Amino acid sequence: MLHRREAEPAQPRPARQGPPFWLAVPALAFFGLFALLPLGGVAVLSFMEWDGLGTPRWAGAEIWLDTLADPATRAALWRTVVFVVVSFLFQAPVALLLGVFTAGRQRYRAAFAVLYFLPLLFSSAAIGIVFRSLLDPNFGLSRAFSPGTLSTNWLGDPDLALYAVIFVVGWAFVPFHALLYQAGVRQIPASLYEAATLDGAGRWQQFRYVTLPQLRYTIVTSSTLMLVGSLTYFDLVFVLTGGGPGDATRILPLDMYLTGFRSYQMGPASVIAVLLVAIGLALSLFLSRVSGSGRMQSQQAGAA
Amino acid sequence: MRRRIRETPNALGALGGLVWVVVTIVPIYYLVLTSLRRQQDYYIENPLLPPADPTLDAYRLVLENDFVRYLSNSLIVTVASVAVILTVSLMASYYLVRAGTPLSRGTLRLVLLGLAIPVQATIIPVYYLIVRLGLYDSLVALILPAIAFAIPISVLIIVNFVRDIPAELFESMRADGAGHGRILLALVLPLSRPALLTVGIYQALQVWNGFLFPLILTQSSSVRVLPLSLWTYQGQFAVNVPAVLAAVTLSALPVLAAFVVGRRQLVSGLTAGFGK
Repeated sequence: MLHRREAEPAQPRPARQGPPFWLAVPALAFFGLFALLPLGGVAVLSFMEWDGLGTPRWAGAEIWLDTLADPATRAALWRTVVFVVVSFLFQAPVALLLGVFTAGRQRYRAAFAVLYFLPLLFSSAAIGIVFRSLLDPNFGLSRAFSPGTLSTNWLGDPDLALYAVIFVVGWAFVPFHALLYQAGVRQIPASLYEAATLDGAGRWQQFRYVTLPQLRYTIVTSSTLMLVGSLTYFDLVFVLTGGGPGDATRILPLDMYLTGFRSYQMGPASVIAVLLVAIGLALSLFLSRVSGSGRMQSQQAGAA
Repeated sequence: MRRRIRETPNALGALGGLVWVVVTIVPIYYLVLTSLRRQQDYYIENPLLPPADPTLDAYRLVLENDFVRYLSNSLIVTVASVAVILTVSLMASYYLVRAGTPLSRGTLRLVLLGLAIPVQATIIPVYYLIVRLGLYDSLVALILPAIAFAIPISVLIIVNFVRDIPAELFESMRADGAGHGRILLALVLPLSRPALLTVGIYQALQVWNGFLFPLILTQSSSVRVLPLSLWTYQGQFAVNVPAVLAAVTLSALPVLAAFVVGRRQLVSGLTAGFGK
């Protein structure tokens, strides 16, 4: 492209030059007005007092100090950490194993893969409603078996609700990540497995020394999407529990919504939003750092 | 890989695979079964056994309660958003790939920065903006932010595709005196169809399933979209669980139809650019 421009300096006919800037203007206008501007707006609003109806009023750093000092915010932050970490520990291994499993060409695995895909047909709202009904202690799954076996109030018990939600979120998102891993495994050259077989490597050794190191980019991509995704995840938790019972499942995105749109305190809600953006960015950066060094290690492991 | 598999079947793997099949299937089986139950039987029958007296009453009730309107609202929002997303992203991608100026490189960097913006974190300013523009409680209010947040990933995927079009094709068209509009329509558009299909499917699912924007930007039932309607049905039908679940089942049918027609495209659309 560069040498072409040099070969034809300052051609007056527009058709001979590169495409004009206005082609990008519509996309930039949408992006700027409804994505970039709100991102800046949320930072500004986090210093303002606003009930969602009137005119926002400047309030300064007080809102930040109050919101950060609020035990409810800290509890929500800690709950979010638990939610993100446990979700990851549940989803990542299951998705990886299912991806490797469905990458096999056996007929029954292809049939299983079609069934694994089914949760992806449903919206988060739909999944939330199904599981609310299924986990109902009186009329749901509990009644399918002899009395008492499963009649736990999964979503109503403050000690269990967060983990029940994590399971349902996993049910909804594992299929997507399994698809990523399946595609990743299928790109691994068959010759690597043949060589490993000749070296006498068993199934576990092949998985450990061929499949895992070869999947490193997929692992990084999937893990980043999983961690950052569950940090900001809202829909399913909202429909399942609305943050309850009590505050048991009130993770940060829910805390933000409820503070802003139920308690009409848009200032503190914006503070939480800025926290979400900051934690999300820090997490992404951290992951790309860690995966940078992890990549070298797994390459060495693969070569050893 | 073939040979490895033939040696010994992986019994443990098959067992684990079967466990996840059960985990996946039970909720969906329960969903469909319950939607066919009579309301009064719901409280008596075993939830995992087929209804003694199956009925479509629940579906009739849902269809009589504006389901078709919510469905068409969802269709309008999805089709309009995806049409605009594809058009503006393709135009921008052509510019971003072929201009080769500092301005175009800077613009690309700015747009890709948008990949890191979490939609959820911007709902309060988006709400403010929509109210100020007088668009609150309209379908347009759902379409505008949907387009905006779709642009970074769409441009990323399409740019990667347009980049692979050989430079000679652009040059020979320009030598023939073709303008940029003509190059866009006759060269870029047909050659980037696979990328447009992927982006289209991915974004259609995003918009179709979207819940948060409809929740904060609309209110009236006349502009209610499907995912939000499921939530309101739950309040409206309350104890009539079969009716709520019939609505859920109906809401999945359009995507199921797409899955049956084009499974491969749907899968590649779902994983969008992430698969590579």
